[in-house]
Amino acid sequence: MSPLHLCLLISTGLFCIGLAGALARSNTILVLLGIELMLNAANINFIAFWRFGPSPVAGNGMIFVLFAIAVAAAEAAVGLALIIAVYRHQKNIRLQDSTTLKG
Amino acid sequence: MSLSTLSSQLSTAATASSAAAAAASPDSFLERAPLELRDWAVNLLPTPVQWLAHHLITIVCILAVFGLFFAFTTIAERKLLARLQNRLGPNRSGLPKLSILPWHFKHTLFGLSQPFADAIKAITKEDIVPAAADKLLHFLAPVIVVAFSLMTFAVLPFGRNIIPVELDAALLYFFAAGAATELAIFMAGWSSRNKYSLLAAMRALAQLISYELPLILSVVPIVLVTSTLSTKAIVLAQSGWTFGFLPHWFVFTPWGFAGFIIFLIAALAESNRSPFDLPEAESELVAGHLTEYSGFKYALFFMAEYFGLTALSGLGVTLFLGGWQAPLPFLEFIPSYLWFMGKLICMIVFFIWVRGTLLRLRIDQLTRLAWQFLVPLALLNIANAAFWVLTTQWSLPLQFVRWGVSAAIVVIPFIMMGRALSASYAPRSYRYAP
Amino acid sequence: MIPALFLIALLMLGSAAAAMLLRNLIHSALLLIVSWAGVAAFYLWAGAEFVAFAQILVYVGAISMVVLFAVLLTRQNQIIDTVIEPASRARAATAFTVAACVAAVFSAAILSTKFHPAAPEAPTASVKEIGLTLMNEHGGALLIVGLILTVALLGATILAATDRDEDQSQPSDAALPPKETP
Repeated sequence: MSPLHLCLLISTGLFCIGLAGALARSNTILVLLGIELMLNAANINFIAFWRFGPSPVAGNGMIFVLFAIAVAAAEAAVGLALIIAVYRHQKNIRLQDSTTLKG
Repeated sequence: MSLSTLSSQLSTAATASSAAAAAASPDSFLERAPLELRDWAVNLLPTPVQWLAHHLITIVCILAVFGLFFAFTTIAERKLLARLQNRLGPNRSGLPKLSILPWHFKHTLFGLSQPFADAIKAITKEDIVPAAADKLLHFLAPVIVVAFSLMTFAVLPFGRNIIPVELDAALLYFFAAGAATELAIFMAGWSSRNKYSLLAAMRALAQLISYELPLILSVVPIVLVTSTLSTKAIVLAQSGWTFGFLPHWFVFTPWGFAGFIIFLIAALAESNRSPFDLPEAESELVAGHLTEYSGFKYALFFMAEYFGLTALSGLGVTLFLGGWQAPLPFLEFIPSYLWFMGKLICMIVFFIWVRGTLLRLRIDQLTRLAWQFLVPLALLNIANAAFWVLTTQWSLPLQFVRWGVSAAIVVIPFIMMGRALSASYAPRSYRYAP
Repeated sequence: MIPALFLIALLMLGSAAAAMLLRNLIHSALLLIVSWAGVAAFYLWAGAEFVAFAQILVYVGAISMVVLFAVLLTRQNQIIDTVIEPASRARAATAFTVAACVAAVFSAAILSTKFHPAAPEAPTASVKEIGLTLMNEHGGALLIVGLILTVALLGATILAATDRDEDQSQPSDAALPPKETP
């Protein structure tokens, strides 16, 4: 098994922990953090392919990760602001309770 | 004037000064002495552990030098503040009673052993942990804050050849390592299970986050001009003298001066120093987020604060004050690390002076200063540095225009925004004062 | 090399799993920060220094603060937190099954793939190279990211800010009358 295989398996593990967390937890903040974990797992893949790929062209993998980190930061900021706005309305951030729009 | 021409001139001028000429060369004995000493010590050990010894010696040196520096900063601060307030300051503590000595021995040492007495007091105090506290986090917070504030020292170039870790992205590393202290403050406030600690921690965090922005923005012009993030290269970019006596330090350019002032203010706030010491304003709050800490853990937080201050001062010296470069060519015979330490001490004394002079800000004034004044000025300063880079090739008469425009970009917004900032406060009316 | 990778993976996956299992939100958030630091350690291991420090600066320095503030600002009733409903148990079981299935599929796909052999020497990317690539080839993307971050900053502020009429009771600083001491 090459190092690339190992890195990809590790990122699979991180992705699935994030997925399980996002699906299982009822606290909206933790769901958001699960999604952040999944994003990080994708970033690990980029770096792994950059490091162990056949032709590492000018650090393209790194640049992709930099953009992904920036977008993840924006996502976290907006997501948590939304959570705070929801909390102000219903004093509660459980996902099951946000059913106002359910038909 | 380059170093080699200087040394050759000195040696031709007088044969008696050949020792000074040898010292002036970049590879003089004094310059290399610390490294030689380390290599000698490392070579005593068997080959497999040499790399480990190499790094351990570096780490122990940083701990020892800056530990002692911290100790003497505290006593210097107490004594200087005392002088500023027309007091004497601690001057009693001396050597322990040497009653075995036959003669009467005056052993007060001007109170210079006060920090060691303080250290012994802190260690022997009872360590109280609140019953409701989150024990693990309560323990981890001081450890993290000290560890990460020490880590920032790793990328500072202390001398011509002395830099613990040579990193390509040294500046980024510095700020990344500094980011963890915010986490430690949160952990300290939250794990104490005391609502006042938690509130104080939130206040401290609000302050740290507000001032991290101008701090980093004030550094960006340097990166723009030197096109590198490596602290070593930034110091080298400031070498040389115009007309043989004007050093090329960045603080002597309009954008560098503005950046330095913004950096100083932000550094004061980042290290919770007066006039920005709201997180633990000792005359108003108990100790902010440190209320539930006592004994050695409290001392660790105190230590981390001073380490942070020293590291930020060291960064300021590195980025704006020419790092280890001597201010004048003929002073180059003094080893570079002594110049660095000298500038560092000047910065620390300046910070103490500010503490003794200025009044504490209110929290709304504090955040307003950061967001309405420092951040816009720092952003403008980046544009200023870009203009500076674009006009490097201008001929001599146009150089005056370049300096004028650059200075105008600093001064005009400063005056305008300063007026807007001070206009937002109502004029003070003193009822009893004349 | 490889033992270090295992240590990093243990730190990263262990803290992430613990974060997702714990009931205390603050502990979860702090463990997730450890996990993010583990990801940064992986980047360092792979030789991507710049990305590692950026990861620490953004995740450990910034996002962690936003998360911790959000947790503190949305304090829930502790009683609801301590009782585990049967519905949420069922949901957790489904989630674990789904995640395990995804993990199995991914692992099978990864293990059955023959990748091209790695380049003989490890790639290096100095900060200068990254900067030049960012500014030249990816200049447009950089601009768009800057725009996204600005919009996100404004949007987050507007979303989280309280309505104006709520804090009419607090006068602004300029309106404060001069202090009268009796």
